[in-house]
Amino acid sequence: MRKLKDLILLGLLWFAAFLTVAVLVTIVGFIFYKGIGLISFDFIFGDYSPSGGGGIWPMVVTTIYTIVISLLIATPIGILAAVYLQEYAKQGRMVRIIRFATESLTGIPSIIYGLFGAVFFVTTLKLGMSIIAASLTLTIIILPVIIRTTEESLKTVPQSYREGSLALGTTKLQTLYKVILPSAMPGILSGIILSMGRIIGESAAIFLTAGTVAAMPESIFSSARTLTVHSYLVTQEAGDIELAAAIGIILIAIILILNFSATWISKKLNKADY
Amino acid sequence: MYTTILEPKMVKDEKSTVTETPETKTKIHVENLNLFYGEKQALFDVSIDIKEKEVTALIGPSGCGKSTFLRTLNRMNDLIEGVKISGKIIIDDENIYESNDVIKLRTKVGMVFQKPNLFPMSIYDNVAYGPRMQGIKNKAILNEIVENSLRGAAIWDEVQDRLKSSALGLSGGQQQRVCIARAIAMKPDVILMDEPTSALDPISTLKIEELIAAMKKDYTIVIVTHNMQQAARVSDKTAFFLNGEIIEFDETSKIFSMPSDQRTEDYVTGRFG
Repeated sequence: MRKLKDLILLGLLWFAAFLTVAVLVTIVGFIFYKGIGLISFDFIFGDYSPSGGGGIWPMVVTTIYTIVISLLIATPIGILAAVYLQEYAKQGRMVRIIRFATESLTGIPSIIYGLFGAVFFVTTLKLGMSIIAASLTLTIIILPVIIRTTEESLKTVPQSYREGSLALGTTKLQTLYKVILPSAMPGILSGIILSMGRIIGESAAIFLTAGTVAAMPESIFSSARTLTVHSYLVTQEAGDIELAAAIGIILIAIILILNFSATWISKKLNKADY
Repeated sequence: MYTTILEPKMVKDEKSTVTETPETKTKIHVENLNLFYGEKQALFDVSIDIKEKEVTALIGPSGCGKSTFLRTLNRMNDLIEGVKISGKIIIDDENIYESNDVIKLRTKVGMVFQKPNLFPMSIYDNVAYGPRMQGIKNKAILNEIVENSLRGAAIWDEVQDRLKSSALGLSGGQQQRVCIARAIAMKPDVILMDEPTSALDPISTLKIEELIAAMKKDYTIVIVTHNMQQAARVSDKTAFFLNGEIIEFDETSKIFSMPSDQRTEDYVTGRFG
């Protein structure tokens, strides 16, 4: 009887795992099946042509711009904020309110951020529809993610490390810099990877702040179109599923490359400490 | 944050009341120490003179305040919110709660914790951590400190050919001895040990006890222990704590053979605790 129960449970676990993998494989498989025919050197690195048949290079560049700029702004601010909340702030009402606020921010639909960005960055700050306006909007979107994950990973650093370091006559800053942050690095990095996913997946907020200009951006103050927005537009306007799927493949490739490089950097950082 | 309630008395006046014999100088003078965790009082009028280059054991049942007391000696309780301390702790003519130089205090008073708490770095980097944070960068000097410290903690022979590998790969007993080496590397006068063998097997425990006996000639050692045999084996003096008070403080041999207080006798003979 117990054996049977065991078997049923095992079956359920196996089925759940299978279902998860199957969904993933189906989606990725579908995208590859539809889009792989369009992938070529010219498609990736060619300039866009409005009459069709052109490449997507301007969108790839725009996507990379938005990722890099948003992360450059959000990562230091997010990590510093999390360090303050977790290591320095007196754990009281104020901190609870800030925590509640950051948690709530993660749940807000991105179109709301997009509207805010359109009003504040684009109009009030007169940045216009531009990569920088979109990046700043994205910064606000990913900031809570980075703060939360950094805080969580700081929490997992054993208290004994802090005590051990401080008992050796080190300052709080030395302890933070030499012991706590290196130990929390993997968690912080996973927060950054999550944020990259959020940026790449974002369409509504970017659509409203960077616009849809399908050309190579001259600078970060130009209006431009990211891959995700492009993918949305070609599906919506032209109904070109194959082109959208091909863009999907490129997006998956970019995510994989970024994830692997993040993991590689984290390994390098850890090695340096041993 | 802690706040200290200080009596405006001069440190120098207190010195005359400290009894000094030619061989043993008082290293740590504690007078009327009271400690509160918020509203709850954990230490009551603790007064004790800890002699230089002796091993002083603190024994008592769980929650009696012995670890709390130990952690006042290098101000580790400062890390806990809501701790209030009154009274005096004088180490080398200086009231440690009057001075704001916690860094200097902690370089002078080292600590070994209950569980080995090496950092996720190499053995070498763990031992060199403290000196490096003090600004020592010279490779030759660091090498020398690391070697001497590891020798001092009787672990050099076991780790000398794997200094660059992770310290977390060592056994628990070895890790605890590297923790001792890490404390020694700061060249402290006093080493506090908070139940240093409670997480170790009997053989590792024996090695640490032998080490404590050998370290006595260079350091003043204060050790908290749950194990009464250990207190009897390693210490010169023993203080018996109960409910935040020192009930009795005397030569270890006397505490264990003819204690003057009934409660001490009940505890050391195993009637409670």
